[in-house]
Order: sequence, then C-alpha cells, then structure tokens
Amino acid sequence: MSRLQASRKARSAIVMGLCYASAGLGLLALALILGTLVWNGFSGFSLSVFTRMTPPPGSAGGLLNAIAGSLIMTFFGVLIGAPLGVFAGTYMAEYGRDTHLTTVVRFINDVLLSAPSIVIGLFVYEIAVVPMGHFSAIAGSIALALLVVPVVVRTTEDMLNLVPGTLREAATALGLPRAMVIRHVAYKAARSGLITGLLLAIARISGETAPLLFTSLNNQFWSSNLNAPMASLPAVIFQFAMSPYKEWQALAWVGALLITFAVLTLSIAARVLGSQRTSQ
Amino acid sequence: MTDSAVQDVAAPSAKLAEKMSVRSLDFYYGDHRALKSVNVKFYANQVTALIGPSGCGKSTLLRVLNRMYDLYPRQRAEGEVLLDGENILDPKLDLNSLRARVGMVFQKPTPFPMSIYENIAFGVRLYEKLGRADMDERVEAALRGAALWDEVKDKLTTSGLSLSGGQQQRLCIARTIAIKPEMILFDEPASALDPISTAKIEELIDELRADYTIAIVTHNMQQAVRVSQFTAFMYLGELVEFDQTDRIFTAPRERRTQDYITGRFG
Repeated sequence: MSRLQASRKARSAIVMGLCYASAGLGLLALALILGTLVWNGFSGFSLSVFTRMTPPPGSAGGLLNAIAGSLIMTFFGVLIGAPLGVFAGTYMAEYGRDTHLTTVVRFINDVLLSAPSIVIGLFVYEIAVVPMGHFSAIAGSIALALLVVPVVVRTTEDMLNLVPGTLREAATALGLPRAMVIRHVAYKAARSGLITGLLLAIARISGETAPLLFTSLNNQFWSSNLNAPMASLPAVIFQFAMSPYKEWQALAWVGALLITFAVLTLSIAARVLGSQRTSQ
Repeated sequence: MTDSAVQDVAAPSAKLAEKMSVRSLDFYYGDHRALKSVNVKFYANQVTALIGPSGCGKSTLLRVLNRMYDLYPRQRAEGEVLLDGENILDPKLDLNSLRARVGMVFQKPTPFPMSIYENIAFGVRLYEKLGRADMDERVEAALRGAALWDEVKDKLTTSGLSLSGGQQQRLCIARTIAIKPEMILFDEPASALDPISTAKIEELIDELRADYTIAIVTHNMQQAVRVSQFTAFMYLGELVEFDQTDRIFTAPRERRTQDYITGRFG
C-alpha cells in the first residue's frame, strides 16, 4: 500500500515539476521580451518622440506622425467596425437566436475571427486601394474595421446571451416594447462586457502591421489627410527595425514599447471591467 | 371540468365582480397540449391561488394572462381570456398596453441593473410624463405600497442589485404597482425567499388585494390557504376544481383535489 502511495507521490511530483517548469519558461520568455523592450525602448526615449516627425535616415527625430496616424486609423476602424459588430451581435442574441441565419453568421464570423490579417489587408487592397489608385488612411481604417467586426460580434453575442431571460421577461411584463427591452435593460446588464469586447478589439488592431502595409502604407511626414497614405506605429516599426540606421532602430524600439504598453493597459482595463461584471 | 362547475362558484357572494374570465383555454408548446380546455375566473379585489403538482400547467396558465408566451415562437393559446369583457387573445390586441394593465412578479427577483429609484421611475416614464416632484412622489408611493420605503429611503441611488433577495422581490412589486395595473400576476413569488421575507410578501399580497385583482401560482398549499380567497387546483393541464379557498381545503368535491391537498401525491 505504501509503495503504491509512494509511486503516486513520485508521479505527482514529476508532473507538478513539469507544470512549474513550463509556467516558468513562459514567464521567462515574457520577462525577456518585456525586459529587452523596456531596456532598449527607454534608452531611446525622450520628449521629442512625441513632438517630432519620423526623421530621414541618419538624423534625429520622433514618432509624432506615426502615433497620430495609429490613433486616427484605430479611431475610424472602431467607428466603422464597432456599430456593425454590435448590431450583428444584437441580432444574433436577441432576435435571431436559434435561427439558421444566426448559425451561418456565427460560423462565418468565427472564420473571420481567425483569418490571417494579411488576407484582410490584401482584400482591402483589392476593394479600396486599387479602385482609388493609391494607398490611403481610409483603406487602412477599413482594414482595421474588418478586424474589429468579428471580435465585437462575438463578445456582443456572448455577453447578451449571458443576460438572464428572466430579466427580459420582467421588462416585457412592464409593457416595454422589445427594442426598449434591449436598449435599456439588456445592454445595461451587459454593459461592462460590451466595453470589454471593445477594448479587446482596440488592443487587437493597435498592433496590426500586415493589413496596414497593403492599405495605408506609410508616410514620413505629418498628414491628417484621410485620402492619402498615413504613417502608423506598426508600419514605422517594421520599416525602421529592418533598416541599418542606428537612429531608426532606436525609434523602432520606442515605438514597440509604446504599443506594448498601450495594449497592456487596454488588456488590464478589460480584465478589471470583466471582473467587475462577474462580482456584481 | 365543466363550465357549470365554475358557475356554481360564483354563487357565494353576489357582490363579486368578474375581472378576468378564462373560457375553454387550450395551450400548446409546439405540438404538446399543456392546457386542456381550462375554465376559471378571477374576481376583482380577490386573491386567486393556482395550485397543483409541478408541470400541471399553473405557470403556463399565468403566462397566458399577460400573453408572456408571445415572446416565444411555437407557443400558442386557443380559447378566450376576457379582461373586463375584452378578449386578450385577440391577435390585434396591443400587447404592451395589456401588460401595463396586467403586471407580473416572477419567481426569482429581477431588479434591473440600475438604481432603486430608476428601477421604478423607468417603467413609469413609459406611460406618463411626470415632473421631478411628481415622480419622486410616485416612487415613494410605490415603495411604500410594497412595504420597502423605510428600508431604502436613504439609499435610493444605490443599485437595485445591492438589496437582499426579499427586498429585491418587494422592489419588483413596487415597480409593478408604480405603473398602476389593474391586475397582478405572481409566479411563485416567495419560493426563492427565506421564511421572514416570505411572510412579508404574503402580508403585502393581502394588502394589495384592496386595489388589485391578484392571481398567484404557488406550490405551497399553506401559502394558498394564507393568502387566497379562491383556489384553482390544476392537474395534468386540466383545471380539476375551482372554488373558495376554504371549501377547496376543507370540503373538496373532487377526489383528485382531496388526494393532492392531503399529500397523497404531488
């Protein structure tokens, strides 16, 4: 009996050891990435990062146009993509539950959710860049919107499905028409979940490079013209990191640090909001 | 049960006015017939209890009375349900105004995710445009009517979800009476509550009788005795017996009723 127990204990120890080792390995990789990023990023960090444009090779400069471009295109990407996603998700959870259309849309949405973003970039290149004849921030925003839609559709549907049916019945029993039940009760009950979905969508697109390379390309100068190529942090990082110039490489590190912290902040905010919802 | 059996019951007091009358009602979940030719009456300012074992159709019947089943496809009712003489099963009927007249309180408390004040004001705003002071007054009256005012008057802006289960249920009752319905349906309103909260709810139902017609589904027979003047016993989708509560529990005419109330099955 004790031998059996001893062998069980040994096996348990081995498996536990493997678990700790893999967890440690994962954390180590994360720490190395973040460490390198912070180390290299901070050494190139200065106020001019936020005040000056991307420089020509061999001279000093900043990332202002790239930061602004990322913010602008992310904003319009969310502006286009989020309402579409919320509407679709609302239909699926509130009106079309168990209908054929919902099943089909859900399947297509899942495909879109896992589609490589470079494919989205190529697609928007074909439908927007080619007909317009040039790269543009509009095309970039459309590409980002296409990445936002599936994330928001999924979270909207999931979060609304979590709203208890009894709450909808209670609102209906007061004589509320369906649209008001959804707007005033279901959305309210699912609010933090819906915001979490939005934050995750923003986090998802703020680091995307491939779709922007095919659509908004890049721009070395300040531009707020949506109909012209626009700089973005990921595209600038891509260009600068591959270059042989020291100043460019340093700026690429700073850009990477900025994106990472922005995404990290968004993810933490999403987490906090998510836990608030469950603790209610 | 035959229609004549229902008519017998109307005799006890000639003063009772019929608020709602259910006539040969059949109800279907898809192909399944859940209610079989049910006849029952709800008298104004009386509490009518619907009792019977699980699955007998008492909740189904209740959900016909405000057409709650309309939310779900494949559920349909046939027959007549007259509210003040008007058939509420008429497809042309405006459901939202029906539900304003016939309110409902559910088994589980369902406060909306908003403040205590808003939980009540929200429904009122659907039907009336009230000024700030009038609305405050209405909210207070509703909370007093639901015996909740003293407990929440200092925290009207806190979330309705922060209240205890029993308080939440009284908030739901306040919300319902705030829009001034004529009839209130209670679907096992105390089955998720502790005994003290249950007593409060039962007391409240007895008080509400003065102003409203009340139907209550309960699987607790003592509760039916305590709160109701009339009782309908249902079994397997049929209405077996409908009579004054004291008669149902002391001298039932049907064998099945007697078996159920004496605990032989159920």
